[in-house]
Amino acid sequence: MLDLKGYGPALMDGAIVTIELAFLSLALSVALGLIGASAKLSQSRVAKGIATTYTTLIRGVPDLVMMLLFYYGGQVAVNMLSDYIWETYEIDFFFQFDPFISGVVTIGLIFGAYMTETFRGAFLAVETGQIEAARAYGFTRFHTFRRIMLPQMLRHALPGLGNNWQVLLKTTALVSIIGLTDMVRVAEEAAKAERMPFHFFIPVAFVYLALTAGSELFIKWLDKRANVGVVQGG
Amino acid sequence: MPDFIAEWLNQNEIFTAMTIMEYWDGMVTTVHLVFLSLVIGLLVAVPLAILRTVRNPFVSGPVWLYTYLFRGTPLLIQLYIIYYGLAQIEGIQETFWWEIFREPFYPALLAFTLNTAAYTTEIIRGAIISTPNGEIEAAKAYGMNWFMRMRRIVLPSAARRAVQAYSNEVIFMLHASAIASVVTIVDLTGAARNIYSRFYAPFDAFIFVALCYMALTFILVFAFRKLETHLLKHQRPVNG
Repeated sequence: MLDLKGYGPALMDGAIVTIELAFLSLALSVALGLIGASAKLSQSRVAKGIATTYTTLIRGVPDLVMMLLFYYGGQVAVNMLSDYIWETYEIDFFFQFDPFISGVVTIGLIFGAYMTETFRGAFLAVETGQIEAARAYGFTRFHTFRRIMLPQMLRHALPGLGNNWQVLLKTTALVSIIGLTDMVRVAEEAAKAERMPFHFFIPVAFVYLALTAGSELFIKWLDKRANVGVVQGG
Repeated sequence: MPDFIAEWLNQNEIFTAMTIMEYWDGMVTTVHLVFLSLVIGLLVAVPLAILRTVRNPFVSGPVWLYTYLFRGTPLLIQLYIIYYGLAQIEGIQETFWWEIFREPFYPALLAFTLNTAAYTTEIIRGAIISTPNGEIEAAKAYGMNWFMRMRRIVLPSAARRAVQAYSNEVIFMLHASAIASVVTIVDLTGAARNIYSRFYAPFDAFIFVALCYMALTFILVFAFRKLETHLLKHQRPVNG
């Protein structure tokens, strides 16, 4: 049996932090992706411009730089804000920007940009006839979105969504750099203390492998379900 | 204009000629590291991709395992395993390898190369297996042997199909190289982290470096777009 030198429980906690981080960032990125895709497809020039700037900026900058900017910059910004609130309203407000929050915000923002592209493509793949039919039935815009667009575009979005999720999962490892005690951080500390790098990093690598392999199976299953009514040629 | 820049630099506490030089050195390190790992990675990936398409599972299986392991785990872990792990190998400190791997640059180069080679192998494999059957049949009808077919028909046509996905991989690699700063390499991100900790000015340090990366990214995107139009020239519509 693998002897983790007493680091087992800490690694376990770290794994849970990784998974929590991944799911929260996924939720944020899906929300941002839906908003971004709607903005890109909207009539408004301003909304389109903002969404395009957002996706272009995110794709030009490395995730780690973004994370460092949010983590170190976020605290400075919060400090400035609390100084300002104290001076003008005399309210004592302080907020500690912790690595977990910066991690969720950064990863959510980065993958929100990728999700925007995925969802945009998926929305465009929904047949216009479907939308016209919904209008003819007197559906409001919101109703059309919720009842017609959303369920049909999910099928097209799923492969891209799955890919983004796999990349997101691996990106969570970066949060150990800004000091969050996820499993990579625990493994790094253990490896340094015990001078046994292979002993700690390889099991962590296998946890990631198990997570990506598991997600792959789950996405395949979801894809099968989502495409259940689709008649495919060939 | 240069006077204006000089004056601005004189007034500015953070962006002095010295820090600009630090950023410049960092940029050189980043470009050096990324360029070398991409070139070596591509050279390794082409034969691996061909092996990956071989029917014999004893040949394609190990390549599949390699790409699966390197694509299924974070690059940061791969970097840690190589960076910390190489020093732990029995007796390495007595061999000449230690002269090379003592510097953090080479373990990082090895990790990045292995990682990009795994992704590139899968990209090229995808392009190889989607070669139209007719092209291969035609090559066979001309009496080309396997090697000639590969060299003259399959690989050139696969390269055209792979270039789009490969450009994404190149940009991904540029962005992923930021983690080199974790193993004490002073690349662009490393320079920004040093300057941040000296002045406690996160916005100046990191926004500037983000702009540097963005410039590099857009240069790459532009170059690949040019390359793609060049490679797909024959498919352009006549009146287009």
